[in-house]
Amino acid sequence: MTNGLIDASADASIVVVGASLAGVRAAEALRRHGATGSITLVGAEERQPYDRPPLSKAFLTGDIGEDRLSLTRADNAFAEQGIELRTGVSAIGLHLRERTLITSAGPIPFDRLVVATGTSVRRLPHSDGAPVFTLRTLDDARALQTRLTEGARIVVIGAGFIGAEVAAAAKSKGGEVTVVEALPVPLERQLGADMGLACSLLHERNGVTLRTGVGVASIELHGVVLADGTTLPADTMVVGIGVSPNTEWLSGSGISLGDGVQCDETCRVVDERGQSIPHVVACGDVARWPNDLFDEQMRVEHWTNAVEMADHAARTLLGDAQPFRPVPYFWSDQYGTKIQFLGRSTGFDEVRVVDGDPASGAGVALYRRGDRLVGALGLNRIKAVMGYRALLADAASWSTALEKAGV
Amino acid sequence: MKITVDFDRCQSNALCMSAAPEIFEVRDDGFLYVLIEEPGEEHRAKVEEAIMLCPTQAISVSA
Repeated sequence: MTNGLIDASADASIVVVGASLAGVRAAEALRRHGATGSITLVGAEERQPYDRPPLSKAFLTGDIGEDRLSLTRADNAFAEQGIELRTGVSAIGLHLRERTLITSAGPIPFDRLVVATGTSVRRLPHSDGAPVFTLRTLDDARALQTRLTEGARIVVIGAGFIGAEVAAAAKSKGGEVTVVEALPVPLERQLGADMGLACSLLHERNGVTLRTGVGVASIELHGVVLADGTTLPADTMVVGIGVSPNTEWLSGSGISLGDGVQCDETCRVVDERGQSIPHVVACGDVARWPNDLFDEQMRVEHWTNAVEMADHAARTLLGDAQPFRPVPYFWSDQYGTKIQFLGRSTGFDEVRVVDGDPASGAGVALYRRGDRLVGALGLNRIKAVMGYRALLADAASWSTALEKAGV
Repeated sequence: MKITVDFDRCQSNALCMSAAPEIFEVRDDGFLYVLIEEPGEEHRAKVEEAIMLCPTQAISVSA
């Protein structure tokens, strides 16, 4: 067991804050890995936990229904695992020394705590009554679904992955769709300029108008006014400008906060003096940690990371504290094209297309940092991209990667 | 153990392939192929990882 675990017994009471993907998977993993005490899963939303990726994809287009969004295979899954789910309960504070979570339903004591409060969607100011939507929750998706109709004029603000998926869904329903992006090249932060451009070409190829390098001046009742004075008339406006970690409830708690909840390399939460707290871990979108595989601090807002980090944080909380060093992965489905990215794109020195031509809608590009491979991007190249995962996990050299690519 | 894939749910995100490439393969036609339908116990840990990582809960095992 880890040094510093005050109550190393497996029957400690554990509270998991946040009942979306990371929280649910952490609670289940704790039980699977041997926790025998009480596990309480606390979620702010009033409904059963659900999965989010389909909200901007197959659920938004109506191809799958709500029954496919469940995060568990059976209705009574939590009861069967001895997990108490408390929905409609928001975390509002934390007393670390007293080991008490403060919630909208009163205090909840714990021996150990998992922080998995995720993120909230960023919004923009707009005129009262303007038909403006965001997409994070099931209610958001339901509301937006009814707006995606034949001939509807849809303006999407933000050409990130969510914005692009919404645009693709709106187009598939027969809408007249325009995407507005303030940056000169969409997805530049995520993929670099060349590959960001390659992905953004999907919009125009599929009949969606893309306006880049122009900010939004205001959102009015009947449309979006751009910084250059143009008005884009719209029946529906969707703001997709990213999310922010839900850490307000932790301010003043003594936990180190910056861009998210700061963790050590094993997912243990770090306090303001830089000390790891042995009985508190974090996982999912809210958690920032040093991933020594890529030698950088990261906070990853992707499905796969929530799953892997939840499992890892659960093990750490039970005393098996190992460094969490995953290869991040995400996928996006747009206009029938599957975009995948494995690894990291931050601080890359070179991007090289090794297969096909991503700008034409199918191909693979590799990312180099120094003399090693750090990332692999694919458009409609599922198998090829996954072939680089083992190399990325081994911190393989650039020459090894090029050899595998056959170039 | 016997592996069952619900192909109605599968969206070929290939997470299973990343966990257990000797058992799961998403080919260039965009479909998942199960290379070993009844793998031995030595594959159990990897198969369980594949189940954990599947975003659509499409994989299950029996016995």
